[in-house]
Amino acid sequence: MRFMIVVKATKESEAGVLPHEKMLTDMAKYHEELQKAGVLLDASGLQASAKGWRIKYSGQKRTVVDGPFAEAKELIAGYTMIQVKSKDEAMEWARRFPNPALDGTEGEIEVRQLFELDDFGPSEAVERFRKIDVG
Amino acid sequence: MTTPDVHRAIDAVWRIESAKVIAGLTRITGDVGTAEDLAQDALVAALERWPESGVPDNPGAWLMATAKNRAIDVLRRGKLLERKHEELGHELEARQESPERELAAALDDHVGDDLLSLMFTACHPVLATEARTALTLRLLGGLTTDEIARAFLVPKATIAQRIVRAKRTLAAARVPFEVPRGAELAARLASVLEVIYLVFNEGYSATAGDDWMRPALCEDALRLGRILADLVPQEPEVHGLVALMELQASRSGARVGPSGEPILLLDQDRGRWDHLLIRRGLAALQRAEAPGGGYGPYALQAAIAACHASARTPEETDWTRIVALYDALAQLQPSPVVELNRAVALGMAFGPAAGLEVVDTLTSEPALEGYHLLPAVRGDLLDKLGRFAEARAEFERAASLTRNARERTLLLERAARARVDRR
Repeated sequence: MRFMIVVKATKESEAGVLPHEKMLTDMAKYHEELQKAGVLLDASGLQASAKGWRIKYSGQKRTVVDGPFAEAKELIAGYTMIQVKSKDEAMEWARRFPNPALDGTEGEIEVRQLFELDDFGPSEAVERFRKIDVG
Repeated sequence: MTTPDVHRAIDAVWRIESAKVIAGLTRITGDVGTAEDLAQDALVAALERWPESGVPDNPGAWLMATAKNRAIDVLRRGKLLERKHEELGHELEARQESPERELAAALDDHVGDDLLSLMFTACHPVLATEARTALTLRLLGGLTTDEIARAFLVPKATIAQRIVRAKRTLAAARVPFEVPRGAELAARLASVLEVIYLVFNEGYSATAGDDWMRPALCEDALRLGRILADLVPQEPEVHGLVALMELQASRSGARVGPSGEPILLLDQDRGRWDHLLIRRGLAALQRAEAPGGGYGPYALQAAIAACHASARTPEETDWTRIVALYDALAQLQPSPVVELNRAVALGMAFGPAAGLEVVDTLTSEPALEGYHLLPAVRGDLLDKLGRFAEARAEFERAASLTRNARERTLLLERAARARVDRR
């Protein structure tokens, strides 16, 4: 089963502060461990929300709202995808994730299990999703 | 955490750490069996203590330190001599002179080497293939005897005995705990790759049982392959094998229908292929090219899988390239099974008659006697040529030869269709 470890944004990451050497080393070491254990599938960091945008819906109306967005904790700054044998194993790997806060104080990660398309019941829409490669 | 939570956490820690711990301990004690016993002791200690103390920050280090202390105790008391086979006794006496130093040296930066040595030991040619497989899953995959037994549909006692005998054989043969060098490395690595691919294949198209696939085994094999690729990144064929497994696994979700029936490659819904795994497979394939250019046998098979993975529809498949890749594979590793696959590709590239011509040279091949895919392929080619009665007979024969229930159903359906539709 697959899990995504989502790294929450912080004031610093939102300010576009690049990770310092110590943080890069810790993250590299952690991801090397994942790789050595054969569980790492994918990982990436995201740029600050200042470079992104949102689209708000109200019925049929769409409004584009440019970043940055205020509430850093609601934003994500990166993700790591792993493939493991059990939820407990995912928990154990998540426990070892280095504190992602750039200033080393308050950080947060969130772990979510990926849906497999088979988790949905049979439906025509799901079949269409399959055809566009999001499975 | 409640006690059941802690026990589940310990299971997870064991899954992650056991191979490293066993590998480190084998370096110290020189014996896989003793190492596993010590590691199990450490696990029991964790089960006793962690529910009260909580899971330590670095549980792997805790297990290793605990096992290490037991090893020192045992070495000091000379008990290790009793736990080991007599023929190893002499070697150990020499080591006993400075157990601590031996330990300190062993535990330093050897984790990678130790794991690799453990892989080579578990896949040593002195062991029968079945024993290599069981030992590899147990020691490196972190699977319990019960899990291995369930995966291979054999009684637990059989697997347990297989593992005990394997350890005994390794000790009796005085198999050194090391990474082979020079000319020996290639042959020994081939054995490791073979075991990993065998596990994968048992999961990918189960040779027995009711389910056509056992995905957990595929994932175990992929994990072992990825670990190995990280340990010996300079070996192109390791990447070739990983590429092959990633690409084949990318099709897992598409090759079984709603009621568990197999769906053949060309009939699969390609939207269900896993594009993350395809991407990883193609990346691994790039690393699989030998320094002087050219592919080994696993990389060639991966390159064939890549041809399918890159075709958005069956019609876009580059069958001519697939034929060329099978030609190369047949040169490197000639075998009737490769010929049979080459015949399928020929049939697709140049018409069923071209394929049938090759298949007909294989019908008297002793190695393919009883191999259900020979009549299955021949039936398919005959069917396409409009020779329905012969096709039907071949599908029926194929159905009678397969040991897999799902596959049998599919073949009998094809036989029935050859009977009804096309007369």
